[in-house]
Amino acid sequence: MPQIFPKKANIVPTISLLGLVGGGIATVFLIWYYFSPEYTDVGYAPEQPVPYSHAFHVGELGLQCQYCHNNVEIADHANIPATQTCMNCHGQIKTDSQKLIPVRESWASDEPIEWINVHMLPDYARFSHSVHVTNGVGCETCHGRVDQMEVVSQVEPLSMGWCIECHRQPELYLRPPDEVTTMGYVQPADFVSRNLERIANERIQPPTNCSACHY
Amino acid sequence: MSTDTGTASGTHPALQEEPLVAGNLSFHDITELVSRHTEKRTPLAWFGAFAIANILLLTLLVCIAYLFWNGTGVWGLNNPVGWGYAIVNFVFWVGIGHAGTLISAILFLFRQQWRTAINRSAEAMTLFAVMCALIFPGIHVGRVWAAYWMLPIPNQMEMWPQFKSPLLWDVFAVSVYFTVSLVFWYVGLVPDLATLRDRATKKLRRRVLGFFSMGWTGANRHWRNYEKAYLLLAALATPLVLSVHSVVSFDFAVSIVPGWHTTIFPPYFVAGAIFSGFAMVVTLLVIARKVYGIEDIITISHLEKMNIIILLTGTMVGFAYITEFFIAWYSGVQYEVFAFKNRAFGPYAWAYWTMMSCNLIFPQLFWIKRLRRSIPFMFVLSILVNIGMWFERFVITVTSLHRDYLPSSWDYYTPTAIDVLTFVGSFGLFFTMFLLFLRFVPMVAISEVKAVLPEADPHFYGHGDGQTGAHPPTLTPTVD
Repeated sequence: MPQIFPKKANIVPTISLLGLVGGGIATVFLIWYYFSPEYTDVGYAPEQPVPYSHAFHVGELGLQCQYCHNNVEIADHANIPATQTCMNCHGQIKTDSQKLIPVRESWASDEPIEWINVHMLPDYARFSHSVHVTNGVGCETCHGRVDQMEVVSQVEPLSMGWCIECHRQPELYLRPPDEVTTMGYVQPADFVSRNLERIANERIQPPTNCSACHY
Repeated sequence: MSTDTGTASGTHPALQEEPLVAGNLSFHDITELVSRHTEKRTPLAWFGAFAIANILLLTLLVCIAYLFWNGTGVWGLNNPVGWGYAIVNFVFWVGIGHAGTLISAILFLFRQQWRTAINRSAEAMTLFAVMCALIFPGIHVGRVWAAYWMLPIPNQMEMWPQFKSPLLWDVFAVSVYFTVSLVFWYVGLVPDLATLRDRATKKLRRRVLGFFSMGWTGANRHWRNYEKAYLLLAALATPLVLSVHSVVSFDFAVSIVPGWHTTIFPPYFVAGAIFSGFAMVVTLLVIARKVYGIEDIITISHLEKMNIIILLTGTMVGFAYITEFFIAWYSGVQYEVFAFKNRAFGPYAWAYWTMMSCNLIFPQLFWIKRLRRSIPFMFVLSILVNIGMWFERFVITVTSLHRDYLPSSWDYYTPTAIDVLTFVGSFGLFFTMFLLFLRFVPMVAISEVKAVLPEADPHFYGHGDGQTGAHPPTLTPTVD
């Protein structure tokens, strides 16, 4: 009986097997990266109704974070400032700026400005700014160098794995509570041992169980 | 051809066994009998059966789509009874899937030659039953798009399955079982696929079969490797027969619900699984052997042997039911006593006694040899056994849950139409696959059946001295 397949078909099983194994592994890794917020969310920088520059207000003028986001130490939610906060200054300076028209309109009409949320967590994940800020997680750790941003963009993935990395080893990320708002903070050489000491003394125990955030 | 098989002559009549293959079939007859069904034009009756199976399969798919769209609220689950039809059906189908590996692996290692007639179809049935089983854990999670969380795959959540949970052990146990069964079944198929390939007349058929028979030529070296691989796979599959259903029973036994928290569960589940699996094999083969005219290969004697296993395992399961009651009383735990009294005399007493009669009482009729060898009787009984085994899982799951520790939450579980149709639809998947198997794959292990013919004995034609003796081989086929 003649051969059904040519001799070069002998390579097919090997290639299919390698393809199957390699393809399986590749799929896992591709999904791991491309389906994660690290790929889908990092770099999100929507255009805001008012072209407010953090680089100018924070970087050049040196405004404190809490001047505008004044609830961040006492509430879960880090509030977006009311129009009143803008008008504290802009009632007197740059009163004729074209860029500030929406602010003045809001002030006149009593309708809030519709800022666009940049850092979005899913509905089923709870996050408290107050707990993190008062225990020494820097603004910069999650939000990046806001003092250099013309337009605010997301720099960290805010994925569950990213959260858990810090919850498992907080000593690698904590800073003294009075340095929380510092931008470009440089950790001292012995920061890990200092943090471990703090963690022990202050009983900082970031939870890693499901219901810590999902409840 | 000779009627004297040469093996049993001279022994006491009571020790003589019926020949494994009836009708004095030659090697070629067996090839013909099995192969022709994959080669002839598809009979109309097959299309009829396939259409019915497809309608059921469609029912399953529609029910699943409806479930995905609406969520698990379309099922009859309520607050104390959080596990209903999905787990019942899962355990039911996994249990049925146990006969195949038992027949193919354990009976192989024990040199039970009668397995050769039924192992191919029993293994196929196993695969299809496990497919049906795998559907239910997949669809019962409320968020199906997260079903892949059951597998330990690296992900950006840095989250792993709970390795302490028996539900995860289930995922591993059942998927390993499916993989090993599939490989075992396929390895066994290779020589037979090569037979079909060599008989093929059309080029495409020859190429497809040539691909799946992996270049088998029947060379001595191929047989040596094949038999070694088959033996190793049998050894690998044997512990799985015991482990898979043990792990499934841990879903219940590891919890602290009265009626579930029982050490007897693993052996009793395994016995039940083999019981239901054999019943399903009998149900299917009683029909298939008749329709496909292979009564000489799958003889009454084969069916009788399966019925004996059904009798044995059914009695073991019944013994376990009674032991549970004894232990409930003996433990002195009032919750345990209540759970079992409630099973037998509570709101689900009807389900309990259906289970008792189908699993323990009716199979006792197989003590009577005449009934053991009666086709209509065994057909009805095999179906009753599977009804009983389905109810066993229903009784275990629902009766324990519907009366939990908090009397204020007690409730009665009633399945919805979607529950029932999903279950009925799973038979559609099962029969669709089984019909495809009957149509395209040799349903009996041709080479293995040939190996148990008396003619396969190297000394058959002579008298042990290598001489050709009184029974020359048949050269002309006796079946068209």
